[in-house]
Amino acid sequence: MVSTIESQEPARAPDQTLQPFIDVTNLTKKFGEITAVNDISFSVCQGELFGFLGPNGAGKTTTINMLIGLARPDTGGIQIGGLDCSRNPKAAQHLIGVVPDESNLYPELTGFDNLCFCAALYGMGKQERQARARELLETFGLAEAANRKFAGYSKGMKRKLTIAAGIIHRPQVLFLDEPTTGIDVASARQIRQLIADLHHAGTTIFLTTHYIEEAERLCDRIAFIVNGRIVQVDTVANLLQPVQGRHRMVITTDNAGADLCESLASAFPQFAFELVAEGQVRITSDAPLRAGSLVRWLEDQGVEVIEARRLQASLEEVFVQVTGIEAQVMQNNRETGRNA
Amino acid sequence: MKRWIAFWNIVLKDMRAYYLKPPNISWGLLFPIAWTGMFFMRSGRGLESILELLPGVVTISVLFGTTSMLAVTVTFEKRTRSFERLLLAPIPLELLMFAKTGGAILFGVTNALIPIILATFLANLSSVDWLIVVPAVVLLAFASTFLGLFIAVSVSEVFEAQTFSNFVRFPMMFLCGLFFPISDLPVFLRPLSYLFPVTYGVDILHGAIRQENALPLGLDFLIIAAFCVALFAMSLKNIHRKWIV
Repeated sequence: MVSTIESQEPARAPDQTLQPFIDVTNLTKKFGEITAVNDISFSVCQGELFGFLGPNGAGKTTTINMLIGLARPDTGGIQIGGLDCSRNPKAAQHLIGVVPDESNLYPELTGFDNLCFCAALYGMGKQERQARARELLETFGLAEAANRKFAGYSKGMKRKLTIAAGIIHRPQVLFLDEPTTGIDVASARQIRQLIADLHHAGTTIFLTTHYIEEAERLCDRIAFIVNGRIVQVDTVANLLQPVQGRHRMVITTDNAGADLCESLASAFPQFAFELVAEGQVRITSDAPLRAGSLVRWLEDQGVEVIEARRLQASLEEVFVQVTGIEAQVMQNNRETGRNA
Repeated sequence: MKRWIAFWNIVLKDMRAYYLKPPNISWGLLFPIAWTGMFFMRSGRGLESILELLPGVVTISVLFGTTSMLAVTVTFEKRTRSFERLLLAPIPLELLMFAKTGGAILFGVTNALIPIILATFLANLSSVDWLIVVPAVVLLAFASTFLGLFIAVSVSEVFEAQTFSNFVRFPMMFLCGLFFPISDLPVFLRPLSYLFPVTYGVDILHGAIRQENALPLGLDFLIIAAFCVALFAMSLKNIHRKWIV
């Protein structure tokens, strides 16, 4: 078991010959008439960073809660580290670390005391937990704030300390629920690096996020979950394969509507046009796209082109294709506070 | 051993974070002194009334000392989700809740010591059977803490816990024989008295301090212990049913 984060080795591809460390079969959870999680099955190998990607209300947090023992599944099985957690939710709690979507440490305790307390919950002795707390405070860049009360920490510092608390007992598997939501860009970058370091060091990580780029950058495999169902699960490379050979561009104009898309489609029948937002047209083609002819044609029609931008093949495109949900919609939902 | 490290640290954390704060210490000291003084003056019978008042004042000190903070240590932590951290710890729920109530029990017992220490300066306590008083105070602290726990886990908001708590505590004060015997109550109210665990604790204290218990002490101990078990079990059931959905 390794979960310190000193190692800087490159990420390992999950070894598919290993037994799954997390094995979920036909998991279902209903709240009254609403089916939050609907017959999902997946497995996560040891050392793998597995992403769970979906919009708000898709069932991400409910799934995590069932895996960690804070919710009881209606039907289905959960095995973590070979232990049956569907019958006994506490069976594997000594193997897991959890970082919830909101920092839930104790505001009246200092950063150091919070970590020591969390370590004590896992039965660590006094000297061991104090040494581990100091080590993590140092690693997470919080050593100077060690003796300040948690209530006085910034959001980014709170997230970092919450992650430190999640790994204080060196868990074999770490559940991260939306770890970078609601924090500034610099802190989010630091946290992504910390997650990558933990992964490099061999910790199995189950990550839920609604940030597609984050999942693409960090995860070995990703499951798309929509309306409580897993609609696709695969490695990032395999997920990207269908869009690798396609060429895409977004043109931003001062006045683009559905009519303009229709005119463009008539003029350039070899391309597919789609209005993605007000003033923005997405062009897709199997052949290479040339911006010049498109821009000239638009200007001839009296449409002012503000920007023409080539898009790289991305997981976002795959996600949109598979789920029919625009990535921006997912992000906006989260930011307006509608939680899963 | 690991479980007991967790247990002890939960108790210590609650003591440091909640019970040993200046407002609580002053409340814990002042409240029993105020009650003692109030009933002493009201009795108008000088120092001889101390022994008569002592069971009631001890009981009130335990009752308020134990129940007043559980709305914070349990309901508030549940609301802020820090309680989830405890639910995720690899310790049995029974031990976890016992740890969460440990601070309240210790605080309640400490509160009970204050009127007893005051009484040693004001009255002759040679007739008091301390071998009965001590377990009775401890058992009373357990019973009233578990009553507070039952209330705290039955609601979701701190204010609900406090309101519900007062709704139970104040009628109990007047119906459980604290300051006048249950036999002096109107007949239709007497059955209600026996629904409160504190009634049996008060009866034990009356017996140990003034040799005036209404029920056999063994029966009192048995019933209050049964209340402890039932209230704790119902609280755990509520947590399973409402918090691990």
